[in-house]
Amino acid sequence: MTTAEESMLRANAIGTPLTRLDGTEKVTGTAPYAVEHPVDSPAHLHPLQAAIALGRATGIDTSAAEAEPGVLAVLTHANAPRLASTGNGELEILQSGEVGYRGQFLGGVIAETPEIARRAADLIRVHYERYEHDVELRADRDDLYKPEQVNPAFDTDTAQGDADGALASAAVTLDATYSTPMEHNNPMEPHATIACWTDGELTLHDSTQGVYWTQAAVAPLFELDQQQVRVISPHVGGGFGSKGIPHPNVVLAAMAARLVPGRPVKFPLTRQQMFSVVGYRTPTIQHVRLGADEQGRLSAITLDVVEQTAKVKEFAEQTAIPTRTMYAAPHRRTSHRLAALDTPVPTWMRAPGECPGMFGPEVAMDEMALACGLDPIEFRVRNEPETDPESGLPFSSRNLVACLREGARRFGWHDRDPRPGTRRHGEWLVGTGVAASTYPVFAMPGSQATIRATPDGRYAVRIGAVDIGTGTWTALTQIAADALEVSVGEVDLEIGSTTLPTASGAGGSSGINSWGSPIVAAARTLRARLDEHGGTVPAEGVEATEGMPDNPHTSQYAMHSFGAQFAEVWVNADTGEVSVPRLLGIFAAGRIINARTGRSQLLGGMTMGLSMALHEESVLDPRFGHVVNHDLAEYHIATNADVGSLEVDWLDEHDPYVNPMGSKGIGELGITGTAAAITNAAYHATGIRVRELPLHPDKFLR
Amino acid sequence: MIPFDYQRADRADGAVAAVGVRPAAAFLGGGTNLVDHLKLGVAEPELLVDVTRLPFDGIDTLPDGGVRVGATVRNSDLAAEAIVRQRYPVLSQALLSGASGQLRNLATTGGNLLQRTRCPYFQDVTTPCNKREPGQGCSARGGYTRYHAILGASEHCVATHPSDMAVALTALDATVHVTGPNGQRDIPVTELHRLPGDEPHRDTVLEHGDLITAVDLPELPMAARSRYRKVRDRASYAFALVSVAAALDVEDGTVREARIALGGVAHKPWRANTAEQALRGAPATEQSFREAAEAELAEAQPVRDNAFKVPMARNTLVATLRDLAGEEAR
Ligand SMILES: Cc1cc2nc3c(=O)[nH]c(=O)nc-3n(C[C@H](O)[C@H](O)[C@H](O)COP(=O)(O)OP(=O)(O)OC[C@H]3O[C@@H](n4cnc5c(N)ncnc54)[C@H](O)[C@@H]3O)c2cc1C
Ligand code: SF4
Repeated sequence: MTTAEESMLRANAIGTPLTRLDGTEKVTGTAPYAVEHPVDSPAHLHPLQAAIALGRATGIDTSAAEAEPGVLAVLTHANAPRLASTGNGELEILQSGEVGYRGQFLGGVIAETPEIARRAADLIRVHYERYEHDVELRADRDDLYKPEQVNPAFDTDTAQGDADGALASAAVTLDATYSTPMEHNNPMEPHATIACWTDGELTLHDSTQGVYWTQAAVAPLFELDQQQVRVISPHVGGGFGSKGIPHPNVVLAAMAARLVPGRPVKFPLTRQQMFSVVGYRTPTIQHVRLGADEQGRLSAITLDVVEQTAKVKEFAEQTAIPTRTMYAAPHRRTSHRLAALDTPVPTWMRAPGECPGMFGPEVAMDEMALACGLDPIEFRVRNEPETDPESGLPFSSRNLVACLREGARRFGWHDRDPRPGTRRHGEWLVGTGVAASTYPVFAMPGSQATIRATPDGRYAVRIGAVDIGTGTWTALTQIAADALEVSVGEVDLEIGSTTLPTASGAGGSSGINSWGSPIVAAARTLRARLDEHGGTVPAEGVEATEGMPDNPHTSQYAMHSFGAQFAEVWVNADTGEVSVPRLLGIFAAGRIINARTGRSQLLGGMTMGLSMALHEESVLDPRFGHVVNHDLAEYHIATNADVGSLEVDWLDEHDPYVNPMGSKGIGELGITGTAAAITNAAYHATGIRVRELPLHPDKFLR
Repeated sequence: MIPFDYQRADRADGAVAAVGVRPAAAFLGGGTNLVDHLKLGVAEPELLVDVTRLPFDGIDTLPDGGVRVGATVRNSDLAAEAIVRQRYPVLSQALLSGASGQLRNLATTGGNLLQRTRCPYFQDVTTPCNKREPGQGCSARGGYTRYHAILGASEHCVATHPSDMAVALTALDATVHVTGPNGQRDIPVTELHRLPGDEPHRDTVLEHGDLITAVDLPELPMAARSRYRKVRDRASYAFALVSVAAALDVEDGTVREARIALGGVAHKPWRANTAEQALRGAPATEQSFREAAEAELAEAQPVRDNAFKVPMARNTLVATLRDLAGEEAR
């Protein structure tokens, strides 16, 4: 048997800052995104959305819409295809007139132009029977329930020792509640689909994080075999989780296309529509309690989370997960409770669980460090666990302390005066703060890669992976080149279609792990076969296909990435405006496959974390059940002017256990902890401790 | 969105006539507000008369020392004009604090003045709104009102006027030239926008078919030291929570004259007459500034989400005056 060390790939192309192979196509506008694929005589769909939060459409008058010139068909539950029940209440639309949340699809208009479709949809009159709806998340609700597990398959609650007892006898305690608001993913490319039925089979050009995920969700709804649904998605303009599992827009497009067989139906969502049908990050309420001895050693950690799900379909965000891994304490407890509401269904949003779950606890660590009279870095170092606190497993690698120390050195932390509200620069109060980052190493089962060597010296690598803007095209080419021991120029990668071998989707920062591993396995098999041919490629070529290899280390080690983020924050003493002139993130995430796209992922994550800290908040109006600020003028995300100096670096981390590439996944790590670091710095600047995101100026007004 | 006709006007009288005779006609400037409203179903004009080719794209010095700004001058051009930057910096700063570079390249002076409120219930045809449909009720009352008014609102409407440029023009006492079906008239900008009262659907005193042709900035030497301070939820591309346009004339530590307008606080750009009055003759000190600000805001009536605007407006006004006084002292 080969050891972990021996099976590690020798890095040659890996680690270099190879420029994006699809970069030229993208910046010249020739890389086709979903609805840009050239198709013959497309029709256009505009949806009809519920204007009530709960009830039933008792009558839908489509006559005026049907009479509009250019309208091809009007879709409602009266003529919609019957769907097979797959237990996914979010996707099973138009099977009756029932309305489960405001903005839910009730139908749509298919027309010759998008303008006609939109206009005709406005002409549809819907009569409703309204039921009383309930969309308000509060921690004191009496109907909170305990889900069976939290996303994707974690225990809902965990407990070790006697946390309450330890808190009662601790020398220093903290008891505080933190909250994060509802947030919407808002990738640059909206959710968009072209659906076309031919001979009873469905083709979807879809903006998705997983062509096979879309196929797996859609095929059974229409009672098709998987192979009868072809999904194509070579380029995706971001997803952040909201394009993971398909949303009702894909189903509506497929239903609409059924009414005009042979014609492709285009359905890009508007920004406003995205705020009601493609998911969001649940708001969270996080009750943290910490107990420590006089030396600042934690004896107890508890985190009780309250968050929401939808009555239409359950989604249980795993907010307490990072607390199970971050710090040592003999007595500990975590729990998740959900309120099921008449709202759209929450979904994954960049680092679901870890992102909100590294806010409350990491601010609590700052508060507790102060209460113990310790520097927040020193406090974290004192509570560094030797093994994974809950599972007891050793870490495959854990370099949180090294990240904190290196970050402190680079940021200039050593002479920091811990007193809050004492530094001024003109009218600005100045502070600095730190927080930790973490994200688990996920590997998804089921991917397969095929590699074919041809006598012309080329290697065709085929796998149904996707590139959601992260750099998959480039990174997988680098991995294949190193595994084949050839140059990247000899590799032709094909991804983005269900005509390629099965693959998992881009989610959980697992792409490189789950796609790279079978590529490496296939390359090794191929090289062995080539050796059998004496190292030359026969005229008919040589091919090898391998699946995701079993990793025996998964059950032996706890596998996580870590990082440390540092923020400098200025708060205007007159107006409360918050500005972040400086952010530094130091990460330890195994081997970084591509130094350029990897850096972009971490920068992007931190920028989104800054945006979460300062701006992002979907405001739900409980009277109507809709997100009031449902466009990008009112739902604020960070602009260039909000981002100052943003620096990212990583430690050389050697981890032979995670996979043959030694890589851990970095798409989500960067967003975890940013909001806490900024919040902690804002406290240091002002002496005002904000426990509810976002950090709007009014929270610092005096 | 409804189908509509489009005409490009080359003469002002033709444009006025074309819009005047059709109740469901509207002028089209840069379209950055109106076209959004067409898509959202908030506006349903059957005819758009594009006024951007009218000969109103000049910025000219007037014989009395003032400056005439044509109604179709683009916001970016106005902000960049040397005479504006030197003599009316508050206006240039206000323009540059608004929207984005792309939007400012399109937006016109006339369209900017007449842009409509950003109240999210107004912009969403599925929620009742008295401004959109008189008598429907006001969804903002009891709802999300972070960006709403604290001064001069009525039970029928608590919306704010979103323009930054208009706040600066209000502090400068600009005059708006209008050509309408009944001829020409001049309206002080302070009287152009209305308070909502019981007619919240009327943003301004203009009648259907009234075309803005120009805005005059009066000769105002003290405006050479003027400033626009906008407080918002993000550093760029966001509407004001509150804003202050101010000019201050201080001599020997005493305020001779002050010009102040507030944005983000009312249905119209809010000329701070009370604060100006309080400052005239007062020592140019932090305390006078604070007292003046508090006097101006004494009548403030915040709604659910915007109580913070009272201290925010006060502090921002004090800070702006402090800056101007400091500059004067140098
Ligand atoms: C995302 C976003 C952010 C923005 N942020 C800001 C901001 O921070 N601050 C700010 O001040 N503004 C902001 N704006 C608004 C922007 O300034 C206005 O949309 C713009 O000034 C309107 O000018 P326009 O020429 O495009 O007007 P149009 O959209 O063409 O017209 C607006 C109205 O004026 C009427 N009209 C136009 N010209 C005339 C005329 N000559 N005579 C009579 N009536 C006329 C039209 O009929 C219409 O009713 C923002 C806009 C957007 C979309
Ligand atoms: S505040 Fe005015 S604009 Fe907003 S909903 Fe009420 S009436 Fe309409």
